[in-house]
Amino acid sequence: MGDPLYAGGIGLTVVLVTLLKVLVTFVLLLVATMFMVWFERKIVADMQHRIGPNRAGPWGLLQTLADGTKLFFKEDLLPDRADRIVFRLAPVLAVVPAFLAFAIVPIGGNFAEGGTVSMFGRETFLQLADPPVGVLFFLAMSGIGVYGVMLAGWSSGSKYPLLGGVRATAQIVSYEAALGLSLASVILVNGTLSTHQIVAEQAGAGFGGIIPNWNLVVTGVVPAIIFLIAGTAELNRPPFDLVEAEQELVGGFNTEYSSIRFALFFLAEFMNTVTMSALVVTLFLGGPSGPVWGPEPVRTWFFPIFWFLLKLVVFLFVFVWFRGTLPRLRYDQLMDLGWKALIPLALGWFLLLGAVRVARNEGWNLVVTFGAITVVVVVAVTLLNLSLRAAQRQRLADAEVNA
Amino acid sequence: MVAQNIFFGIIAFVMVVAALRVVTTKNIVHAALYLVIVLAGVAAQFILTGAEFVGVTQILVYIGAVVVLFLFGIMLTRARIGREVEVDNEKRWLAGLVALVLFAVMSFALVDAFEDSRIESVSGGTPQLTSEVSDAIFKDYLIPFEAASFLLLAALIGAIVVARRE
Repeated sequence: MGDPLYAGGIGLTVVLVTLLKVLVTFVLLLVATMFMVWFERKIVADMQHRIGPNRAGPWGLLQTLADGTKLFFKEDLLPDRADRIVFRLAPVLAVVPAFLAFAIVPIGGNFAEGGTVSMFGRETFLQLADPPVGVLFFLAMSGIGVYGVMLAGWSSGSKYPLLGGVRATAQIVSYEAALGLSLASVILVNGTLSTHQIVAEQAGAGFGGIIPNWNLVVTGVVPAIIFLIAGTAELNRPPFDLVEAEQELVGGFNTEYSSIRFALFFLAEFMNTVTMSALVVTLFLGGPSGPVWGPEPVRTWFFPIFWFLLKLVVFLFVFVWFRGTLPRLRYDQLMDLGWKALIPLALGWFLLLGAVRVARNEGWNLVVTFGAITVVVVVAVTLLNLSLRAAQRQRLADAEVNA
Repeated sequence: MVAQNIFFGIIAFVMVVAALRVVTTKNIVHAALYLVIVLAGVAAQFILTGAEFVGVTQILVYIGAVVVLFLFGIMLTRARIGREVEVDNEKRWLAGLVALVLFAVMSFALVDAFEDSRIESVSGGTPQLTSEVSDAIFKDYLIPFEAASFLLLAALIGAIVVARRE
């Protein structure tokens, strides 16, 4: 349990190794974010038959850096009617949780051999922190991230940012429930909250030695899909980007922001995208696990990091793909999807996994168990549909009375 | 435990100042933000005593959900920037009395339950495991836990009924 680095007391080497890990995590996240901005613009450009950024550096790779520098030197405007302190605080509240959330992601380490790497003669995890409540820490950070958006909207002292902020709050709070419930399935199956342990549980071969033992398979695909959808909504990315619907809200919660404060929001948004992809990989796709071979440093250092980054890029592409393909949802569709589809489905799947687990532990008859599960599912779905119909009838009746 | 004691003092001081500002500030959104500081202080105190799960849950539930909903409600109804004059309530002395009584009851319960036992002798000096929390809830305190859930469910349904009837 816990990082072996801290097992033998805290010395100078331990502090230096930790500081190095902080630096590497920080730089990795920043570089990944920079790359993600470029990647998104380039891929979306390809999907729309445009060229995209191609001036700064090879293939326009340095475009983000150029944009960042430009924003840094722009005038920093403070609206007259703004709440000065909160207006300045909001971008920081958006960016700091985005940084912290990435700290719990295991970036490398060969999990068939304990998941540790050797650094200056010390064994350690290749992740900044492995708190025993790691997954909850991520949820807590995304919960604090809401404040950045919400307070930015309120403190601007103008109408459209306020509307954007209110939309963002409603959306993020709604989808956090579905996100947490799909996470619960992973926690149930793996029996741990620590991200390192979750990855360790997924190491090794599963059915038939070919299909990997990833949570994607073990939890039965549904939680992974719910997590991906709820995660996209949580990030306010298309098709769930009602928060910054340009046609309706000018620019959304960040309309009044300029210069480096705007850049911080932009940075936080893309950092959260990278973190969310990294978490999908960690929770459902075995993190850095994959086939490894070769001598010592290649086997424990190169391949796990390579697999992790490869899986990460796949999900970054998926997020860009969503953006390039799907039209934005209407507000009522957004709420219907969250409350009437994703939350019941995630909760039901969680209970199903729990039932299967109990049945297996107690040695119950499989046929009877599955029969009972089918009956319960049919009854539950019918009841849910009936209640939704009744609510709709009521709403229509109310509308008629009012009309 | 010296370092823990010093940090307990610092965090407790910040919490008390923030708690006073919650009721004295003239801006209702600022009051909610001061409340966030108080709740974050509670989470920090939990983590300081090695109760990581309870600390993170405190952030998740109170900061990430309850105060967010407070602010949401404020923004939908009265999102004015700057000073608001009429935020003082006439019954504030009664509220103060209730708070005082609540404080007395809670401190009595705490002192009565733990007397002068120290944290390391209760927890064994190691951080509390999440499984210990769940074992306590679902074995020793199952009935109170179910009663609390039932009460919350009833309150939830009641709130929906009240809101629907306008």
